[in-house]
Amino acid sequence: MRLALLMVVGGMVSLGGDGQKPPAASAKPAAAGATEHLEVPPPPFTEGLFPCSGCHAGMTANRTRRTLKEMHDDIVLKHDEQHRWCLDCHDAADRDWLHLASGERVPFEESYRLCGQCHGEKLRDWRAGVHGRRTGSWSGTKKYLLCAHCHNPHQPRFHALAPKPAPVRPSRGARQ
Amino acid sequence: MSVEEQEGQVTRRMFTTGAAAGVATFIMTACGPKRLHEMPRERLRSAMREMEREYSARAGKGVTVSDTPALPGVEFAYALDISRCIGCRRCVYACVDENNQSRDPQVHWIRVLSMDKEKGVSFAESNPYYNPAEVPEEGKFYVPVACQQCRNAPCTKVCPTGATWTEPDGIVVIDYDWCIGCRYCMAACPYGARHFNWAEPVIPKDVVNGEMHVLGNRPRPKGVVEKCTFCIQRTRQGRYPACVEVCPVGARKFGNLLDKDSEIRYIIEHKRVLVLKEELHTVPRFFYFYAT
Ligand code: HEC
Ligand code: HEC
Ligand code: HEC
Ligand code: HEC
Repeated sequence: MRLALLMVVGGMVSLGGDGQKPPAASAKPAAAGATEHLEVPPPPFTEGLFPCSGCHAGMTANRTRRTLKEMHDDIVLKHDEQHRWCLDCHDAADRDWLHLASGERVPFEESYRLCGQCHGEKLRDWRAGVHGRRTGSWSGTKKYLLCAHCHNPHQPRFHALAPKPAPVRPSRGARQ
Repeated sequence: MSVEEQEGQVTRRMFTTGAAAGVATFIMTACGPKRLHEMPRERLRSAMREMEREYSARAGKGVTVSDTPALPGVEFAYALDISRCIGCRRCVYACVDENNQSRDPQVHWIRVLSMDKEKGVSFAESNPYYNPAEVPEEGKFYVPVACQQCRNAPCTKVCPTGATWTEPDGIVVIDYDWCIGCRYCMAACPYGARHFNWAEPVIPKDVVNGEMHVLGNRPRPKGVVEKCTFCIQRTRQGRYPACVEVCPVGARKFGNLLDKDSEIRYIIEHKRVLVLKEELHTVPRFFYFYAT
């Protein structure tokens, strides 16, 4: 099946190649690296929580694995939690940043780079517009949703939704 | 007068009447109303200005009707990730809003079929009326179906008036002014993707989408067939179809098959891809794939 499809596509390309230029290519899957700039909506923070340094600048980081009580008590880690804790992702010295395993700091606008460390194939598909969602123009500028817009980083399983109404059944005698 | 002569006379008369009718038809098509794709530009423009006036008056707000043609070097295609779709039907209603489908009687261009994971893709056992409190349901997967924009479209071949055809960018369109409502195309479509207006469509004024395309979402009269046009009024302006932008799981992908950097080409090259009812050789431009 895939072979047949590729042949169809290949055929189409040579047909389309008679001097007609396709419109501007869609954003190429950009090479990984700090230089790329992808357009994303603001990270989905709870209102009033950012900048985190508002509180954390005056606090010492607490690396102890524990149930949070004084603050962030809604955060329960269900994401490979046996192997990970908060400060594996959040920067201990400056809480307004995330950090990679290499120690490189990453802003929340680029949190996908953090996720991509362990979910490389998903990140590749996401860049190509195939995992997740892009909006904007199929032939021009595209906007990406961050992984965090769909997955809560602390409990990333996608939640169920209520479906919109089912279609009405064709009434008896009437044709649909 | 013998019976034979009588018959001969009748035959002659029938011949002349037939010939006259033939000539009349020829004159009609040569000088009379034209299908939209063969109308001279200025006539199409003035016809569209008239549509705008009529639709604006009916909707009680400014309506624009465009006739943006296919872009060169573009062949549209669509791909839907069956491993992601959760059957939430957000796409169905975004489509209704975008494309001015009748609210009463209800017309839906997208039908989401619920199927059993155990049985695989089977139309015979699919159910479009599922209605649990939450989706996805255990053991189910979902296959949304709309026009497959076939490269070898059975529907356009059977139309007796030439009211439906394939545009150069691959979109199968309908000229609602030439559709006579015979529904041959509906019988020919193996996907149930064409829908007939049994009654005058009803769209409340406040929800009319005033951005229209002459071959797409302009209001349809009673007695004509309609279907998905890949949101021709959006996609020919470079935008994504409404269903792509609304999908909460990002299962819907759209792009230019001739652009090797498009989502569609990435999917064909990297994912397991299938088309519905492949054995019928309709050669859809609508693909289904499994991302995982
Ligand atoms: C897998 C990496 C990862 C781990 C582990 C992690 N976080 Fe996060 N956290 C993130 C990312 C990414 C965001 C950004 C979400 C966004 O863009 O809004 C975030 C956001 C937050 C926020 C802001 C939430 C909001 O509602 O705006 C807080 C607070 C937070 N994390 C605290 C914690 C705590 C406490 C822990 C440990 C129990 C923790 N995080 C563990 C990745 C992680
Ligand atoms: C209103 C003050 C406040 C803000 C704003 C705030 N935090 Fe905290 N944060 C705290 C307190 C207090 C604790 C300790 C909670 C406990 O130990 O029960 C904490 C704990 C944490 C921890 C656990 C590790 C540690 O050092 O104790 C992480 C990770 C964290 N916060 C991340 C964030 C991030 C990310 C943001 C911004 C999105 C943020 N916080 C914003 C008050 C705040
Ligand atoms: C350090 C490695 C690591 C990082 C960083 C990481 N993940 Fe994961 N993730 C895992 C592992 C391991 C699993 C599988 C185990 C589990 O589900 O708890 C997983 C599971 C998941 C799942 C599947 C959950 C399910 O229950 O089906 C999603 C979705 C996910 N991660 C999203 C993210 C996102 C979004 C980010 C960035 C904010 C991220 N991950 C960052 C290691 C990581
Ligand atoms: C438009 C929403 C959306 C965005 C954006 C998104 N995902 Fe997902 N993702 C999903 C859905 C829906 C699923 C399937 C449901 C599930 O298994 O939880 C999924 C599944 C996953 C899984 C589980 C494995 C699988 O294939 O089922 C991982 C890991 C994951 N996503 C990582 C990411 C990462 C990393 C990013 C950002 C680079 C990202 N996602 C962006 C919606 C999204």
